[in-house]
Amino acid sequence: MPTVGATNEPDPNRVGSFPRGSRHGDRSSSARPRETAIDYRATTDTPTAAEMKSVERVLGEPDSMWSGAGERSPADDHVAYGGFRHATDRRHLLLPALHAVQDSIGWVSHGALNYIAQRIPVSPAEAYGVATFYDLIATEQMPSRVARVCDDIACISQGANQLIEDLEARIGPSGVTNGEEGAWIRSACLGHCEKGSAAFVQRAGDTAVTIAPATVGAIVAALTGAAPHAAAPVRLQDHALPALAEARVMGSAAVRREIATSRIRGRGGAAFPVGVKWEAVASASGDTKYVVCNADESEPGTFKDRHLIETDPFAVIEGLAIAGFAVGATKGYVYIRGEYREAEQQLAAALETAGDIGFDIEIRRGAGAYICGEETALFNSIEGFRGEPRQKPPFPTVTGLFGAPTVVNNVETLAAVPKIVLEGGAAFAARGTAESAGTKLFCISGNVRSPGVHEVEFGATVRELIGLAGGVEGHLQAVLTGGAAGTFVTELALDTPLTFEDAPAGGASVGSGAIVVFNSDVDLGEIVSRIAEFFSHESCGLCVPCRVGTVRQHEAVLRLTTRGGDVVSDLATVKELGVVMRDTSMCGLGQAASIAVESAIALGLIGGDR
Amino acid sequence: MTDAPLSNPRLAEVTINGQAVHARAGATILEVCRTNDVDIPTMCFLKTLTPFNSCRLCVVEVSGSRNLVPSCSRTVENTMEITTESDRIATARRTLYELYASSVDLSLVDTETRRWMGAYNVNPDRFGSYVPHREVMVQDDLYIRDYDKCVLCFRCVGACGPDAQNTFAIDVAGRGLTATISTEFDITLPDSACVYCGNCIAVCPTGALMFRSEYEMRKEGTWDEDRQSITTTVCSFCGVGCNLELHVQDNRIVKVTSPMDHETASGHLCIKGRFGYSYLQSETE
Repeated sequence: MPTVGATNEPDPNRVGSFPRGSRHGDRSSSARPRETAIDYRATTDTPTAAEMKSVERVLGEPDSMWSGAGERSPADDHVAYGGFRHATDRRHLLLPALHAVQDSIGWVSHGALNYIAQRIPVSPAEAYGVATFYDLIATEQMPSRVARVCDDIACISQGANQLIEDLEARIGPSGVTNGEEGAWIRSACLGHCEKGSAAFVQRAGDTAVTIAPATVGAIVAALTGAAPHAAAPVRLQDHALPALAEARVMGSAAVRREIATSRIRGRGGAAFPVGVKWEAVASASGDTKYVVCNADESEPGTFKDRHLIETDPFAVIEGLAIAGFAVGATKGYVYIRGEYREAEQQLAAALETAGDIGFDIEIRRGAGAYICGEETALFNSIEGFRGEPRQKPPFPTVTGLFGAPTVVNNVETLAAVPKIVLEGGAAFAARGTAESAGTKLFCISGNVRSPGVHEVEFGATVRELIGLAGGVEGHLQAVLTGGAAGTFVTELALDTPLTFEDAPAGGASVGSGAIVVFNSDVDLGEIVSRIAEFFSHESCGLCVPCRVGTVRQHEAVLRLTTRGGDVVSDLATVKELGVVMRDTSMCGLGQAASIAVESAIALGLIGGDR
Repeated sequence: MTDAPLSNPRLAEVTINGQAVHARAGATILEVCRTNDVDIPTMCFLKTLTPFNSCRLCVVEVSGSRNLVPSCSRTVENTMEITTESDRIATARRTLYELYASSVDLSLVDTETRRWMGAYNVNPDRFGSYVPHREVMVQDDLYIRDYDKCVLCFRCVGACGPDAQNTFAIDVAGRGLTATISTEFDITLPDSACVYCGNCIAVCPTGALMFRSEYEMRKEGTWDEDRQSITTTVCSFCGVGCNLELHVQDNRIVKVTSPMDHETASGHLCIKGRFGYSYLQSETE
């Protein structure tokens, strides 16, 4: 990390003539702040040539001396650049620019941040606020290779603790640099739960890779040696996108009618009727509208969206294009989780293969923040702000991405759209149950014989779904349904159908479609603590009930699971925190942060006599 | 109440604690409540800044809404039924104050906050008392920053940024409980874009940001607000006409603020109005 204020030391790697934007000539030897193109002031920390090059891959070459180009030319004195409009127009490129530096250099130095800030332009303090929001962007110098190793709930059931112990023995503790072997850091769920263990390796100057299943040997090899062989992507064949053509023949109103008839509800977890959302955006006023595919799948135990994108990216692209056509959107975005590099490449390849489909789709990459799966936080992230949620109302259908009416749908929801268009909404609605139409993907992992993604008609029970995954390995203790924001069930409730109408009565949740099975060898106290820790790590920090409440909840759960405190008082604390977080948190993260913990207590899995 | 359109579209008819009142359409619930003498606690809200929605203390019940609703940012709608006091709301506010107390030094919060904490029987040690963990940042002659007292209300960020000063020297960095107000890479204020307008200090509700003069006097034990008088005058440095409130103790200016309800500056000043008073007392030095 650059020393505070120490900017006078000459650095042979630094570009000597920078900064070049001062009205008063070269002041690079001065520690005084200099002026950027629109009044944002920065220190004189300068970028290296490599850092500048990586930023310019996103932002292009600077077009004048004012934005950092070469020597001052006479023309520079007679042209007004920048201005508020210019600044706000390019703010959305902030995260891609940070990504570019992180990817090629391995961290964002003060000089690199200054250059990005000058080029966007945005104030360095704001750019720093955005950079520090994301787990995958480092603002302190890191080893050029960093492995993020999953220690989340599904992986714990598969022996993640042993893997971590072995890594500590081989490399050292989490987060600490150990010479050439690089560093490793504990990570929340990486979305490869069916493979038993996973690591995400960031490599400066090279594309990040996922290792799953992850072993100490494979992780060390990725940190020190040649790149591991990435899994061969599913081969893409020319795809005609017949449903998109059909939708254009039908007309947008007819497409929306079919979607409404299908009674499909959102597959991301909130289960909002898709037809209602589309109709609201279609009838909203304004010339600019957006459709966004939410591929920021980060719910622990969930990997269906990654699976869909890797195996059938055209369905997602086609569904998004149909959504765009149906609501009159001007552009579509896919916001994909930063750890899903392989899926992102697959999706990009599919977009390329599909060619001109008459609808503009852009892929945006997240940078390691669960909260960005919340729709309004996702907008802020794309727009180049910290990925904090916005107070609703106004809802995205009225004021969404860049302030325009916006449809946000989950990957699985959009992937179902082409089929609905081709076969008709009635055919889709004929499957499933009264309140839960169609089919649903469930991700079954943990202690089952063959974990994976299974598509079933709505109505299947938890027991049937576990059966599809080969049944429980060992003696069943509990099942987490719906993800970290879902609920635990035990043997007694396994015959509950996982439908929107029946699941709550049995204490189960559909949620994101995650089903994590734990056998009697698993320490459930550890699982519940990990869930509580997950929420406190992922809280954005904007509102108090979530920022402080998730931490106090984690502390109480730790005391409950280690029997280190007054059980009665801690149970009361968890209960009251749950009520207050649910009642007062701004977004779904805080509102749902206590659900799994409270369900574990209600079932006596923690905090009571078993 | 019915959904029948009102005769005057500029008015919304709402119910506050069972009492029907007419409100200006587009006003926030908080605004309407305060206009009607219904008091609601706030921490992050300040009428001269865009609502930040961070403290959640101003939550109320609104009919048809599953969760409590922050009254500072939610606008009234016709036929809205609003409840500002209930067991549910009291539990929420008490717990929120207790969460604050568990993570932040509240020793210098304003009297309003103290009053509300008393009213809701707040037990500051409910979740454990806060542990000091950051040094006071004294980097220049004008400001100090004591982030152990920071409730992360975002007021200073708004005042430094788009709501007043447009300097953007500070923003929130990090995430979750470790999030903090910071310059880029935590450089000192003199190295940063800060222009020393003092507007961040003027809006800080907890004493996390303080003028150096006040900080030193508090340290010496000489700061005594009971012995201070406030004189209102007009700043003499330029022609804008910002009002100044000179806080005077023992015939010396110890702090300069500006009235929030004054239309010229809305409580905001520049470095000259805020700190350019030492010539007035040069003879006494």
